[in-house]
Amino acid sequence: MFAGFMVHAWVVATMVAVVAGVVGFFTVLRGSAFVAHAVPQAGFAGAAGASLIGISTFAGLGTFAVVSALAIGMLGKRGRHDAVTALALVFMLGLGALFLSWSEEYASAIYALLFGEVLGVSTNQVLATAVLGVVCISAVVILYRPLLLSSVMPEAAEARGVRSHRMEMYFLVVVALVTTMSVPVVGALLMFSLMVGAPGAARSFTDKPLGALGLSVGISVAIVWIAIAASYETDWPVGFFVGVLGAVFFVTGRGWAAWRRSGAGRVERARQPATGPMRFTTATGMNTEPT
Amino acid sequence: MTSPDRFDARPEVLRLEGVSLWLSGREILHDVGFSLRAGELTGLIGSNGAGKTTIFRVILGLETPSSGRVLFAGHPRPHRNRLIGYVPQSIGLDPDVPLRARDLVALGIDGDRFGIPLPSRGRRRLVDDMLEAVDAQAFADTRVGKLSGGELQRSLIAHALISQPRLLLLDEPLASLDIRSEQEVVGLLARIAREQQIAVLISAHEMNPLLPVMDRVVYVASGRAASGSTEEVVREDVLSALYGHHVDVLHLQDRILVVAGKDEGHHLELEREQHALPPRGLG
Amino acid sequence: MTGVSAILNGIFEPGLFTSEPVRVAVVVGGVVSLVSAVVGVFTVIRGQSFAGHSLGDLGTTGGSGAFLVGANPLWGFVAFALVGAGAMELFEARRPRQRDMATGIVLGAGLGIAALFLYLGTTRSNTTGATITILFGSMFVIRASMIPVFVLLSLSALAVVALLYRPLLLSAVSPDIAHARGVPVRTVGILYLLALAVAVSLSCVTIGAVLSTAVLIGPAAAALRLTKRPGLAITWAALIAVAVTWLGILLAYDSYYWPPARRGWPVSFFVVALVFVVYLLADLASRRKARRQSAHAVARREDRVGLPGDSDRTGPAGLGAR
Repeated sequence: MFAGFMVHAWVVATMVAVVAGVVGFFTVLRGSAFVAHAVPQAGFAGAAGASLIGISTFAGLGTFAVVSALAIGMLGKRGRHDAVTALALVFMLGLGALFLSWSEEYASAIYALLFGEVLGVSTNQVLATAVLGVVCISAVVILYRPLLLSSVMPEAAEARGVRSHRMEMYFLVVVALVTTMSVPVVGALLMFSLMVGAPGAARSFTDKPLGALGLSVGISVAIVWIAIAASYETDWPVGFFVGVLGAVFFVTGRGWAAWRRSGAGRVERARQPATGPMRFTTATGMNTEPT
Repeated sequence: MTSPDRFDARPEVLRLEGVSLWLSGREILHDVGFSLRAGELTGLIGSNGAGKTTIFRVILGLETPSSGRVLFAGHPRPHRNRLIGYVPQSIGLDPDVPLRARDLVALGIDGDRFGIPLPSRGRRRLVDDMLEAVDAQAFADTRVGKLSGGELQRSLIAHALISQPRLLLLDEPLASLDIRSEQEVVGLLARIAREQQIAVLISAHEMNPLLPVMDRVVYVASGRAASGSTEEVVREDVLSALYGHHVDVLHLQDRILVVAGKDEGHHLELEREQHALPPRGLG
Repeated sequence: MTGVSAILNGIFEPGLFTSEPVRVAVVVGGVVSLVSAVVGVFTVIRGQSFAGHSLGDLGTTGGSGAFLVGANPLWGFVAFALVGAGAMELFEARRPRQRDMATGIVLGAGLGIAALFLYLGTTRSNTTGATITILFGSMFVIRASMIPVFVLLSLSALAVVALLYRPLLLSAVSPDIAHARGVPVRTVGILYLLALAVAVSLSCVTIGAVLSTAVLIGPAAAALRLTKRPGLAITWAALIAVAVTWLGILLAYDSYYWPPARRGWPVSFFVVALVFVVYLLADLASRRKARRQSAHAVARREDRVGLPGDSDRTGPAGLGAR
C-alpha cells in the first residue's frame, strides 16, 4: 500500500484534503456548496477544451474555473445567486460537451477528470499541487477575519468598510484555485464531497470557529486516507469511498449534536426557571427592507 | 424643523442636512435633517416603510444621498469608519454555525483586518470586559444561532461597542424582544450613552418603550422627518404636517398613542394603529 | 418535420436514425422542457436551483445503477431522485444555508455511488461510453413505447405544482405568513421537492443531466427577470424552454457539416448556449427597465411577488405583534 507509486498518491491526496478542509469551512459557512460543485465541473470543461487544442489541461482547467467563478460573482450581484450558478454550470458543461464531440478519444479521460486518478500522479503534478495549495491556504489566512465578518453579518461588515461583494469575489477565486489544484488529481466530484462533507461534520463537534476549521481539516484528511486505503484493498473507486464517508461523518456529527443537545437540554431545563426570560420571536426575523 | 434645545453644550457627533434620496424612481427620503450629540439617546420613530432603515443606510455610507450632506463630527463622512457602531436587527444565523457570542464580540475589535487573530491576553480581557458590560457572561460560550432575542441583541451591542465608537446605531433592537428583555436592553443603552458619552440612535416603530430614556426623537413618516424633544415633536400639528393628513396624539397615563384623525376613514385607521401598538407598560 | 427527417436520412446511416426517433425526440424534448420550465419557475422563486440540479445528478446515479442490473433506466432515474429528495428533507433543512448543506451532502454521497456504479459497469461490460450517455443524455434512447409512461409522470408532476400553486408562492415569499395562515409549509415543501424530483429525473433520462438543469433553471430565471408576476413568468418560461429546445435540435442537425469534426455538434451545447443568451438578454432588458424607471420619477407601487433576494424585498410587515 505504501509502495513507490503510491507515495505520490498519499502526498498529493493529503495536500488536497488539507486545502479542501480549510476552504470548505468557508464554503459551508457562506452557503456556497453549489458554487463548490459548479466551479470544478466548469473547470472540467476547460480541461476538455485544452486537451483538444493540445495545451496543458492545467491551464484550461484554471482558466475556465476562474472565468466561471467571476461570472457567477458578477451575474449573482443582480439575479438569484443559485440560479446564476446553475446557468454558469450548464453553460460550461455544454461547452465541455462541444469540445468532447470534437476530440477523438474521450470516455476514459472524462471519467478521470470527474472521478479522479489518484494513482497516476507525476512528480510535476505533486509540485504544482503543493504550490497552489500554499497559495490557497495563504489566501484564506489573509482573508480570514473580513471573510468571517462578511459571512456572518454582511451589512455590519459593509458599514465597517469591508466590501461584501469584493469578499465574495475573492472567495470565488480561491474556490477556482482549489479546483485547479485538485481536479487533475482527485476529480471534480470527489473534491466537492470533501469540501462539503468534512466542514459540515466538523461544525457539529465544536462551537469555536477556529476549532471547527481545524477539525474540518482533520476529518477531511481522515476521509481521504481511509478512502485510499479502502480503494487499494477493494479496487473500487476512491470517489465512492470519499462521497459515502463524507455523508457518514456528517450524519455522525448530526447524531452527536442531537445526543449532546438532549443531554445538555436536561441541564438547561433545570436552570431555566431561575434565569429564563420567555422567548417571543416574531415573524420579522430578517426584515432588511430598504424602506 | 430643528429647534433650539437643552443639550447644545454637548459636542455634536453627526449632522444630516437636507438629505434627499431617490431610489429606482421613488423618493425615499425628502429633506431630512437632524443632529445627534454625544451622551444623548435619540429615538428614530416611524412605522415600517417610513424610511428608518434608509436613514441608517445613509448614515452608514451604504447609500449616497441624491442631495444634502452627512457630517460626522463636522466633516464629510469617510468611507471606512470605525467610529460608528452598527447593530443590525437580526443576523439570521443558523444554530449549527460554529461561532460563539464571544467570537462575535471579538470580530468587533478588528473584524475588518486581514489575517487570523493571534490569541492574546489583552484581546481576551477586552472581550471579557465587554461581555461583562452588557451582562452577557452567562452565554458567552453559547453559539450565536442558539441565543434568545435579548441575548443576541446584547451580544450585537457588545460587538458594536468594543471598537469604541462615538455613534451607535441600532436597527429595531426591540422588535424581537419580550417586554422584560425590552426594558433590560433599553436600560442598558441609556446607561451606555451616559457613561461612555456615545451618541445612540435607536430605530423603533413603537416609541413608548423608549419614552423614559429618550433625550430626543426623530419622527419619520413617508420619507420626511421632524426632530426635537418629545414634547416638541409628538404634537398634533407637527405630526399632521408630517403625515400630510390630520392625526390625533393621545396621552394615556404615561403612554402616547398616535392615531389617524377624525376626518378621513378613521374607524379603519384607528383599528390598525391600535393593532400596531399593543398595550404596554402594564407591568 | 418530414423535411428534417429527410435531411437526417441523408446524413446518418439509414437504420440508425429513421424518422421515428426524430419525431420522438421533438415530442419528448418539447414535453420535457415545458414541464421543466413550469416547475423551474417555482424552483427559482424558492431558491432551490441547487436541489434541482442535484436531483438530476442523483437520478443519473440511479440510471447507471439500473444500467448495471439491466433494469429499465427510467425507473432507476425516478427512484433515485425521489430517494434523494427524501434524504434532503430528512436533514430538517429550513433555512437556505442549511438546505444548501443538506443538498450538498446528499449530492456528494450520490456522486460517490455513481462513481462506483460506473466503475462496476465499465469493468463488467467494458462500455465506457455509458459515462457520456448518462452525463449528457441522449434524446434518441427513448423508445416510442415508453411515451405513455413518460407523459403520465410528467402530468403528475404538473398536477402537483398546479394543486400547490398558491401555497407554494406564499411559502416562498414568507414561510411565516404562510404558516400563520394555516399552510402546512413543510408538507408543501416535501410535495414540491418530490414533484421536482420526478420532473428532473424525466428530463435527465431523455436530455441528460446538463440539459435538464439548463431547461429547469434557464428559462425560469430569464422569465423572472422579465416579469415579476408568477402566472406570466410561467408562460414566458414555457415558451422560452420549448423554443430553445426545438431550435437546439434543429441547429444540431444543421451542424453536421460544420468544422472541425464534421460529425455534428451536440444538442446540449446549442440548447445551453441559447438558454444563456436568452438569460443575458432578459437581464439586460430588466436593467434597462430599471434605469428607465429611475429616469421617470414615478412613485408607484409595483405588483410584485416580493422574491427574497431581489433588490426590492419587503419584510412581512404587520406580523410583528401577533
